[in-house]
Amino acid sequence: MSIDRNSGFKVIQPGIFSLIEDAGRFGQHGIGLTTGGPLDRDAFRWANRLCGDQQTAAAIEITVGGLVLESQINTTIAVTGATIPLSINKQPRELWQSHQVKVGDRIELGFATSGSRGYLAVAGGFTIEPIFNSASTVPREALGGLHRDGTALQTGDFIPCLDSLPGSQLRVSDSHRPDYSANSALLRVVLGYQQQAFSNINKQLFFSSDYRVTESSDRMGFRLKGPAIKPTLDGILSEGICLGAIQVPADGQPIVLLNDRQTIGGYPKLGSVLSLDIGKLAQLLPGGTVRFEAISIEQAHNLLLLDQQRFANTLLEQISLHE
Amino acid sequence: MHNKTHSQQKISIAGENSLIVYFGEAPSEAVASEVAATAAQLRATLGALLIDLVPSYASLLVIYDPFNTDHHAVRAAIRHALAIPVDSDSSQAGALVTLPVYYSSESGPDLQLLADNAGLSIEEVISIHQQSEYRVYAIGFAPGFAYLGELDPRIAAPRLATPRQKVPRGAVAIADRQTAVYPAESPGGWNLIGLCPELMFDPSVEPSMPVQVGDRVRFKAIDRESFLDMGGLL
Repeated sequence: MSIDRNSGFKVIQPGIFSLIEDAGRFGQHGIGLTTGGPLDRDAFRWANRLCGDQQTAAAIEITVGGLVLESQINTTIAVTGATIPLSINKQPRELWQSHQVKVGDRIELGFATSGSRGYLAVAGGFTIEPIFNSASTVPREALGGLHRDGTALQTGDFIPCLDSLPGSQLRVSDSHRPDYSANSALLRVVLGYQQQAFSNINKQLFFSSDYRVTESSDRMGFRLKGPAIKPTLDGILSEGICLGAIQVPADGQPIVLLNDRQTIGGYPKLGSVLSLDIGKLAQLLPGGTVRFEAISIEQAHNLLLLDQQRFANTLLEQISLHE
Repeated sequence: MHNKTHSQQKISIAGENSLIVYFGEAPSEAVASEVAATAAQLRATLGALLIDLVPSYASLLVIYDPFNTDHHAVRAAIRHALAIPVDSDSSQAGALVTLPVYYSSESGPDLQLLADNAGLSIEEVISIHQQSEYRVYAIGFAPGFAYLGELDPRIAAPRLATPRQKVPRGAVAIADRQTAVYPAESPGGWNLIGLCPELMFDPSVEPSMPVQVGDRVRFKAIDRESFLDMGGLL
């Protein structure tokens, strides 16, 4: 792939933790590679859609904020996800909306006031050479991202992308924007794996209690704290772990495994959180509360299909340029 | 030949787009053959409906595309795959890969203690480690980390009480009745007995790993000079 080193964005400040992510790395579990990809897939795909008809293009996942970029290109960008103040050349700009930027523009993100992950997409996506078919950065595996070695964005990095003609300015309607301000989420769960190793009393406790997000939560998994649930098994033979799996170690405190999870593990699991709710969990800050609700596999499939239809049928709003 | 449906198989839901097939309670050569054969069969029959597979000791996680199929159809494909008999003595048994190892106290800082605890000489530990043909039971923990079993019980050793912050790339290690080669420098709690100069994970080549689940591995001792000649670093 030939990349024009002059067209793209210069990283003036990388912020707390900013990672290049595309849809994720699939089909590589056999060699131990995890999926990676955006923690909040919904916010990620809206950012991409605001920049064109692209759902999986490489964008930047911004944890908490602090990213400052200088544009060396004329193109369209959009920022979605956590409420992170956005300005272009010191002028405040709206999130969940596309913006034209030109050469020399300074794009600044402050720090999140609700939610914790923002997504900055660009028309055509960032031009990142994939590794194992994906641009997604997985720091733990030292794989992917701008330098293909798993490093987060650094000051002085240059993130290439292609020129694009100015498109119409678009926004996601207010009714489709999530509200992260409550710092709580309801997570739907498909029971599975070793669920029979948890007594009915334990399951009732699990599905009727509040759990808190602890500080030990990252892209690998969210460690929760609440009423302990004890499986009748201490450990199991290591087995494959899918996205959202709820692992319960000996202390009875559940861990929801996310995009950068290990691919195999030996703790008992109760089931898995619905992918549509993973983003809601990932937006929570430490201290945030979650509740779980059991759903059937059929309900899960219906919800996935409904969500896909709803996303496809939701039109973006056009913004008058004279506003 | 044996029929897979004779082992205690169970298909369970793992998540919204994942089923997990259990082949029994304990790992064994026969179970490993079944896992590998079922994985190969599902790759062929599910094609693009299959997002990924995670084979492990006695299970196979099957991740499918929920927008183009459902768990009933995938269950049926799994049952069909399970009904095909496995010949565990032939091609299904996987490739045989020989990995060179420079065994020494210099390259394996736990060799002496492991030998002392086992009541063996260092030479005996090295010899026993090379006598077995190991099976790749699972790959995980880190890219390219292959769990090899089963280790001769005479040289089995528990994990270190305090894991090392840094285990070098290529470290040949023992934990309980398993052995492995660290594919990259990482923290680790296994007992180190030598160094392998071959890269266990190299993203720049295809295939990026010399082994896959179901393959067999033998270790072959090499001397210090050969190790360095092969690109090994001390």
